[in-house]
Amino acid sequence: MSAFFSPFISKPDSVSAIMLKVLLALLPGIALYVWYFGPAILVSISLASITAVATEAAMLKLRNRPIAPFLKDNSALLTGWLLALSIPPLAPWWLVVVGTAFSIAIAKHLYGGLGNNPFNPAMIGYAVLIVSFPVQMTHWIGPHGLGEVELSFLQQLQYIFSSVLPEGIKFDAVTMATPLDTLKTQLHLALPVSEILTQPIFGRLAGHGSEMVAVGFLIGGLYLLATRIISWHLPVAYLGTLFAIAGIFHLVDPTHYVEPLFHWFSGAAMLGAFFILTDPISSPTTHKGKLIFAAGAGLITYLIRVYGAFPDGMAFATLLMNICVPLIDAYTQPKVFGKKEGKS
Amino acid sequence: MSMLHKFHGGVHPPTHKEQSTRTAIATLPIPAKLVIPFHQHVGNIAKPLVQVGDYVLKGQLIGMPEDGISSAIHASTSGTISEIGMQVVAHASGLPDLCATLLPDGKDEWIPKTGMDFRSAAAADVRQVLRLAGVVGLGGAVFPSDLKLRAGKHKVKTLVLNGAECEPYITCDDMLMRERADEIIKGAEIMRWALEAEQVLVGIEDNKPQAIAAMEQAALASTDDIKVVAVPTLYPGGGAKQLIRVLTGIEVAAGVRSTEKGVQCFNVATAQAIYRAVQFGEPLVSRIVTITGNVREPQNLEVLIGTTVQDVVDYAGSLPDTDGYIMGGPMMGLPLPGATVSIVKAANCIIASSPKIFPAPPPAMPCIRCTRCAEVCPAELQPQDLYWFAKSKEFGKAQEFSLFDCIECGACSYVCPSHIPLVQYYRFAKSEIWSRESEKNSADAARDRFEFREYRIEREKQEKAEKLAAKEKAAAEAKLAAAKLAEAQAATSVTPPPMTEAQAKIQAAIEQAKLQAAAVKPKNTEQLTPQQLAEIAEIEARRAHIHELASTDTEPPNGHDKNQ
Amino acid sequence: MLSALLVMSGIAIVLGAVLGFAAIKFRVEGNPLVEKIDAILPQTQCGQCNYPGCKPYATAIAAGEADINRCPPGGEEGIQKLADLLGVEFKPFGGETNAPKPKSVAFIDENTCIGCTLCIQACPVDAITGAAKQMHTIISQECTGCELCLAPCPVDCISMELIEENISNWKWKYPVYALKVAK
Repeated sequence: MSAFFSPFISKPDSVSAIMLKVLLALLPGIALYVWYFGPAILVSISLASITAVATEAAMLKLRNRPIAPFLKDNSALLTGWLLALSIPPLAPWWLVVVGTAFSIAIAKHLYGGLGNNPFNPAMIGYAVLIVSFPVQMTHWIGPHGLGEVELSFLQQLQYIFSSVLPEGIKFDAVTMATPLDTLKTQLHLALPVSEILTQPIFGRLAGHGSEMVAVGFLIGGLYLLATRIISWHLPVAYLGTLFAIAGIFHLVDPTHYVEPLFHWFSGAAMLGAFFILTDPISSPTTHKGKLIFAAGAGLITYLIRVYGAFPDGMAFATLLMNICVPLIDAYTQPKVFGKKEGKS
Repeated sequence: MSMLHKFHGGVHPPTHKEQSTRTAIATLPIPAKLVIPFHQHVGNIAKPLVQVGDYVLKGQLIGMPEDGISSAIHASTSGTISEIGMQVVAHASGLPDLCATLLPDGKDEWIPKTGMDFRSAAAADVRQVLRLAGVVGLGGAVFPSDLKLRAGKHKVKTLVLNGAECEPYITCDDMLMRERADEIIKGAEIMRWALEAEQVLVGIEDNKPQAIAAMEQAALASTDDIKVVAVPTLYPGGGAKQLIRVLTGIEVAAGVRSTEKGVQCFNVATAQAIYRAVQFGEPLVSRIVTITGNVREPQNLEVLIGTTVQDVVDYAGSLPDTDGYIMGGPMMGLPLPGATVSIVKAANCIIASSPKIFPAPPPAMPCIRCTRCAEVCPAELQPQDLYWFAKSKEFGKAQEFSLFDCIECGACSYVCPSHIPLVQYYRFAKSEIWSRESEKNSADAARDRFEFREYRIEREKQEKAEKLAAKEKAAAEAKLAAAKLAEAQAATSVTPPPMTEAQAKIQAAIEQAKLQAAAVKPKNTEQLTPQQLAEIAEIEARRAHIHELASTDTEPPNGHDKNQ
Repeated sequence: MLSALLVMSGIAIVLGAVLGFAAIKFRVEGNPLVEKIDAILPQTQCGQCNYPGCKPYATAIAAGEADINRCPPGGEEGIQKLADLLGVEFKPFGGETNAPKPKSVAFIDENTCIGCTLCIQACPVDAITGAAKQMHTIISQECTGCELCLAPCPVDCISMELIEENISNWKWKYPVYALKVAK
């Protein structure tokens, strides 16, 4: 007999398969990313993947753990992809590499590896990068047809790996601020929201192009919900809270506060709601806890976006709520069978 | 039909039931040897009543129930007891337990059987009959049925018959219901009568349409209010608590008796055994066993208790790549220590396993807190937390998180994408907690005994001291009295002295008393024969020796004896 | 300045009063630490710690006179618990303390016993019955395995029997984590 104890059968499921499905669910978003912003993102994803797997293997070796089963679990790959999707595609190669290596080595393995990291590793990587390299982290390429100059893929590759731009082209000319960033700076200039949104960088709901990427992530997220990889509690509570608070602010003062759908489809909100908050390791386990956790993250995201120093608040919201997970879990333990109140 | 309720979680493992339901229940021929364990039930081991060499008849009592929770053990057929001793039994430990080996004579001759008409008997008598017939829960829990038929101070409204049989592979209850539905229903009537229940609900999973039809047919013939209810197929829907929940909506928490909530639950096979025991006076000497898995002809067999697993497997046709045997189902079953162990009352199913049927699970990965386990847990626990506590041996925390509400159904392990043997961690934690508790209890008992002993020694010392003090006081008083007397005598003879002379007077009186005391001499010490003198010397020497011994407590008083 | 002084002294007075009140109201009788330590000790009363019983050893630990690694019957787990309770470092067995032994109970060979009652007097938990010139026997459920009865026996008829694993005291084992095997 193969197993020593019952149960002797198990569902054909594995960590590796779950992670693979999450990676698959990222594909629509990535495809739309490439469509609107060019193939540079594929370069960062590849770089991140290679770094993630290499760091994972090195750390497993150092920690004297079996390498093969852990490399096959695809979790390092997922961390790499999520980080790559959170940072500007036209960033120097070392930015991705440093961020990913930090995520895997420090945020994951120093805490005990898979299953033991209290924080979302990708978001730790992002936080480290945005604090350490704010300039590189806030220069994004614009969607097709919006930038002053558009680089060819080769020119992009050259920039990523050698930081050299074609002659006569300045860095500022090929990049632009993100829609959230633009909104924030222009609100500071006391422009009304309605006027700001008429600029070409904005699309129907939020940023031109980026809103469609968000839709791609939404589609992937719905797939994860349908296959029950993630529970509805996290994305619903997150997006619901974000919508509610943005809606209240918008209703009170529409000239200063954009409508809630803008918040949904800009920045990392969709990616975060379905792919980052839903990291099971660093999120609560109870249903009630998930709702509290995601609602808190939604609130913090909004506050950082509107009042904070950073253009987007997804990463810090996630990390701040990660800290609260043990507390949330401890206070939201459900009643067990036969011990519920009000039932005899 | 009443509305059905739901329990939380549950899983749908592949059932594999069809392969063992193709043929009717067959009877296994009497094997060459039976090994009958004396402990086949929850509670105390039965006390052996037979000796090696005894000839026994089928159904003869060979193990007497001992105190409180216990049950009887019988000879499964007629023959000779060839051995009573420790043999490996069907237990997770693989350790031996007391068994009687019976060599059948092939006559299968019954003891004289006397049935009873339960309706004209007292419920207590029926319970006694069941106790002595060794009827225990045949669903696997093997709790003595007579004890479960005592309603106690609670009114039992509903009697639930469990025919759900939710575990994959097992079909013994299914086949029993198809073939002997009337006996089950008649057993249910006895139980309903004993518990004075109002209604009987028979819960059968809806993947057994034939059993449901047969039971409905049989229930029609009964005058009792017996309802057959098809319940959704969902593991572990056949767990007593889960079935009660589904049928009545009542949740019976861990550590609570279902009778407190007005429900009692029995397995259908138990009902049939109760009927046979009461109606015909037949003790429990055989049961239906599903033999399935890696055998040529999976089927259900009526097997004598004590038949070895090997005999059962051989009858069904063993296959070469079999690598072990499981007693019970694949979700909660017990890996057997070998094919030499015997079929006991709890053995509802034997699965011959092979690497093809039960492939090795992939290596366990760390828990990623995905909570799939919590989603399927029928006890609504947080298995991922329990796992964490059990793994780090934080048993107090595990208990706080309701470890003991876990029914070990295995649903959590079944769905775990990391393939962690979760249930095993819970079993480990539970048995560690139990052993610690019993260690703590014995430490507390030892402390009490020690403290009482200290107190007793102290008290004895005190009593001795008090006695000594009393004696001394009495002696002093006597002395004082004597002195007074002397003084009085002196006073009468001499003129009353002035006050200043009192001291001298007392002194004089004491002197006088001393003189008097010295004057009193044993009269028999003079003019002794040399013989007598020698005797006295010897006695004195012995006395001195005893004094010496008494003064040194290191030397034992009977060190003397030892030297002799 | 003055108000600050007043506020601060006011707070000090109030807090002092609260503390004083609490000290009287929640006064703990006896030495709870000794009780807590005693609760951890296995109560074999064997004296292997060089104290005449568990309570004296507990008192000595509480007073800081004794090390926490002097109780072999408590095992390393006992040391760990004491370390946790007292907030000190774990200390392995060593020095003059014996290493822990597997649990056992005393057994009297009734053929040899002369009925001297010495073992009865030595037993700290009254786990031996018998009378002078009558053979004695151990009440094995009550025996703590302290071995104090071995030395006084003039005929050496007492032996320690290991408590062997049987079906009733068997425990489920810690699952073997298959991860390492997969290498």
